Amino acid sequence: MMKSKPDEEDYWNSSKFKAFTFDDEDDEFSRLKESKQAVNSIRGLVEEDDDEDDVEKVSWSGEPVGSISWSVRETAASNHRTDREPAFPKINTETPPLSRSHSGYSLSSLFKGKTKGGNFQSITDTLSDSSVRLYAPELRKPKSEYKDYVSDWSPEETVHRMKQGKSVSLEKFRSLQDKLLLLDFSVAAHDGNVITAVLIYLKRTLSKEVLFRELESRQTALRHFIHYLTETRDQKLLLELLRALGRTEDMVLLQYKEHLSIADENKRRDFLKSCLSLPFPADDSAHVQDHYTLLERQIIIEATDGQAERGGKVEMFHKFPRRASIVNMPLITTLYYCCFYHYEEPEGSFSSPLNIRHTFRISEKQFFVTALAARAKLKAWSDVDALFTCRNWLGFTRKRSPVTFSRVVDILQKNSAPTQVLQDYVALVDDVTLRISLAQKLKCHDIIINTYRDLKDRQLLLGYRGKVEIGSAEERKIIELLDNQQIRWKN
Amino acid sequence: MAHSARRDSPELPDFSLLKRLARDQLIYLLEQLPGKKDLFIDADLMSPLDRIANVSTLKQHEVDKLYKVEYKPIVSTSDQLCFLIRPRIQTVKWICDVANADKAAGRFRRYKIIFTPQKFYACEAVLEEQGIFGDVTTDEWAFYLLPLDDDIISLELPEFFRDNFLAGDQRWVRTAGSALHLLHTVYGPFSKIHGIGRFSKMAYESWREQVEEGETKARQAEIGKVFLIDRDVDYVTPLCSQVVYEGLVDDIFRIKCGCVEFGTDVTSSDKRVKVMLNSQDKVFDEIRNEHFSNVFGFLSQKAKNLQTAYDKRRGMDIQQIKTFVSEELKGLKQEHRLLSLHIGASESMMKKKTKQDFQELLKTEHSLLEGFEIRECITFIEEHINRQVSMIESLRLLCLLSITENGLLPKDYRSLKAQYLQSYGVDHLLTFANLKQSGLLVEQQPGETLTVMESKVGKLVNDKAAGKLTDAFSSLAKKSHFRALSKKLNLVPKSDEEYDLRVPRDMAYIFSGAYVPLSC
Repeated sequence: MMKSKPDEEDYWNSSKFKAFTFDDEDDEFSRLKESKQAVNSIRGLVEEDDDEDDVEKVSWSGEPVGSISWSVRETAASNHRTDREPAFPKINTETPPLSRSHSGYSLSSLFKGKTKGGNFQSITDTLSDSSVRLYAPELRKPKSEYKDYVSDWSPEETVHRMKQGKSVSLEKFRSLQDKLLLLDFSVAAHDGNVITAVLIYLKRTLSKEVLFRELESRQTALRHFIHYLTETRDQKLLLELLRALGRTEDMVLLQYKEHLSIADENKRRDFLKSCLSLPFPADDSAHVQDHYTLLERQIIIEATDGQAERGGKVEMFHKFPRRASIVNMPLITTLYYCCFYHYEEPEGSFSSPLNIRHTFRISEKQFFVTALAARAKLKAWSDVDALFTCRNWLGFTRKRSPVTFSRVVDILQKNSAPTQVLQDYVALVDDVTLRISLAQKLKCHDIIINTYRDLKDRQLLLGYRGKVEIGSAEERKIIELLDNQQIRWKN
Repeated sequence: MAHSARRDSPELPDFSLLKRLARDQLIYLLEQLPGKKDLFIDADLMSPLDRIANVSTLKQHEVDKLYKVEYKPIVSTSDQLCFLIRPRIQTVKWICDVANADKAAGRFRRYKIIFTPQKFYACEAVLEEQGIFGDVTTDEWAFYLLPLDDDIISLELPEFFRDNFLAGDQRWVRTAGSALHLLHTVYGPFSKIHGIGRFSKMAYESWREQVEEGETKARQAEIGKVFLIDRDVDYVTPLCSQVVYEGLVDDIFRIKCGCVEFGTDVTSSDKRVKVMLNSQDKVFDEIRNEHFSNVFGFLSQKAKNLQTAYDKRRGMDIQQIKTFVSEELKGLKQEHRLLSLHIGASESMMKKKTKQDFQELLKTEHSLLEGFEIRECITFIEEHINRQVSMIESLRLLCLLSITENGLLPKDYRSLKAQYLQSYGVDHLLTFANLKQSGLLVEQQPGETLTVMESKVGKLVNDKAAGKLTDAFSSLAKKSHFRALSKKLNLVPKSDEEYDLRVPRDMAYIFSGAYVPLSC
């Protein structure tokens, strides 16, 4: 159902949806406080007759005692204490070597083939049998097991066996035609495990050119192959494949991804530089360029600042010690950092916020918001003020802001700005209702009083008197206004 | 999910049977390697395993020490090593490294790998390549389903989504079919199966094959009808913010495998506590599905009741007190403990969801769902990104925008992507590529498909008709799939009536009345 504009106000202000707020009624929160008090008052009564058995034992890390994660932690802790065994313990030669390769079946059980359904089972089949056996005991072996002596299975039958997890030999499929049949049947069976198994075989027995050519027309198989190469970290082959298919974008991103595994920042920077020549799609090229430039800068800034901080002479670092290195941080974080520590610097310097703004083409809005937050954190209120002021052609200054003033107030408040400062900006909020609600939340009495006065609403002003401190300057102001005969009150 | 309120509905099947079956199978497998052994468990499997077989059970079957699988050299001194893992190539490679290191050092050990829920051929290939194939025994532990509650069962396969919907790898099809088959055998037979989505169809076919391979006994069916739904049929539901109690607990504290860990600010002591959240927790059971605005009322009522019950004992004589202690006290203490935890959690929630921001977030989501004031929503998302509020939340909003509007306008896509990269790092180029591939965050493509259609049809009719057709096609193309669907199925409730969150009429209450999840 589409709504028209005028409805919107009603929508949110009426109780149609009771758009719930967490802070709506103070009663809600105080109810919670009451409940908490009630519970806490009983706590003493409950705990005095505490028997250990009823309470679940919990270790210091929070895991229930006796659980697996607790046990793992205990083992790890104890291992640090005990010494390691010497490197050459006695080799156990008692058990016959053959039995190692079978899931617990002794040698004699290999020849008990007949009891399992009347067929001779090859050694490798014992693996699959255990999977069948593990089902709820009542289930008998599936019927298809009975006719598996024949070793000349067609591609279709082979795929069918593979679906059931049985081991097969794919070596006998040597012609390309057979191999492709195998692949197509496995795709038709929808089982990724089988598809990947066939692909592993094809990778081993077909040349790259032939394989790539055939995969081009088989999307499902292609996806599985790409996933397999990704998992086995076969970067080289994967890149060749993508190149052969003409998937430049994927190829380029894959190469770019490598940077994540380079820990050293200088090496990473050099790697990114080499990425710049790759054929990225239009926008991405610019992003990667920015990535390189930014990292280059960050390394320089980090080196300079790190040295300054250690030197101990720069006051800023002394008062607000840096919590982390700026290397590899996102652009906006870096901007914030520079607005914090290097605000005054001239545009020529690498760490100057203006330089960063210019180099990375940061929008006015974004720059403004970041600078505001940084200066507010430092309680540099004059800097904050300077962000807004601008002269118009008449020579007067007025405050201008690229974002709404309510947003400005929000940011200032989050940085614990004092009420006097907040008041100035709340006063600039255009929308009257919003202004009042903000002022009420932040207890900017003067604003509310002034607004009610401007609205010429006597009732609201009267009502507000109860909310200010008795005998305060605000109360006197209210009384003064109420007595003022010149104001033409609405009500 | 609470139990059905209808008195004529049948009892839920006993799903603890699944746990017992899994446990017995695991014990059987462990006994295949007789003697003392150290057990290495995949990190993902630790919590599920805990629900099935705890440490004492394992120790009874000669498991000496327990380790977590971490991709680094091991410190175990045992002669027999057992690995309980998911069939991942990386893990198998690590095991091979361990075995090869032992070989190089001249140390002889026995190795057993238990793959769960099944072994993949690719894993065996790795074993073969690394020359370890003959030195290990491998097994499959058919652990498909873990009951998390009386009526919730999980496959506990976190990698499933990425493998299936991003990489397009169908390796888990058989697993899904086998899980269905297990339910069918133990609780079936199924009478009817309905499904939506490509993968559901594949799972169904796999299940059908397994049924035909095996045999079904006739029994009293406890599960009759089955519904299979692909996740990508409805991406909107997981993208919206949750406002029911259980949802908020998950948002803030992360519920994993039916358990949640509460920190010290919640427990008001210096200990962290891990709690199981299911219908056994009587307090949780009653508030879990409630809209958060109702939760306080409920908790305060419960606290009052508790106080009254406790005060009862003031007026009792010795005999009554004795009865009280033996029968009621334990229950009350339990309730007290749970109640204080949940009150603590609620307080934490209140603090974390700083009111103003959360309100605006919800408002934006609701607008997107209705298709109302989209440009304002985009501005909000922009600001959200600029303020670096939260990486995941920003992406969530972008994806919601993309799905409800059938893709972003190219200029919006470029601009928002650039701002996202500036705020959270350029390496998210890769994130955006992945999201594009899975269809969660795409650009609108108005030009291409239209002209192909147009030209094809245009050849068949004369000019005038072609012009009309173009108009018809363009209106079709612009209309988002989501909008059409939501209109048809009434997913966005009409707002002309009062929506009472305490006694909701339909499932939309979980999003404060803005949207009914598709599967409901």
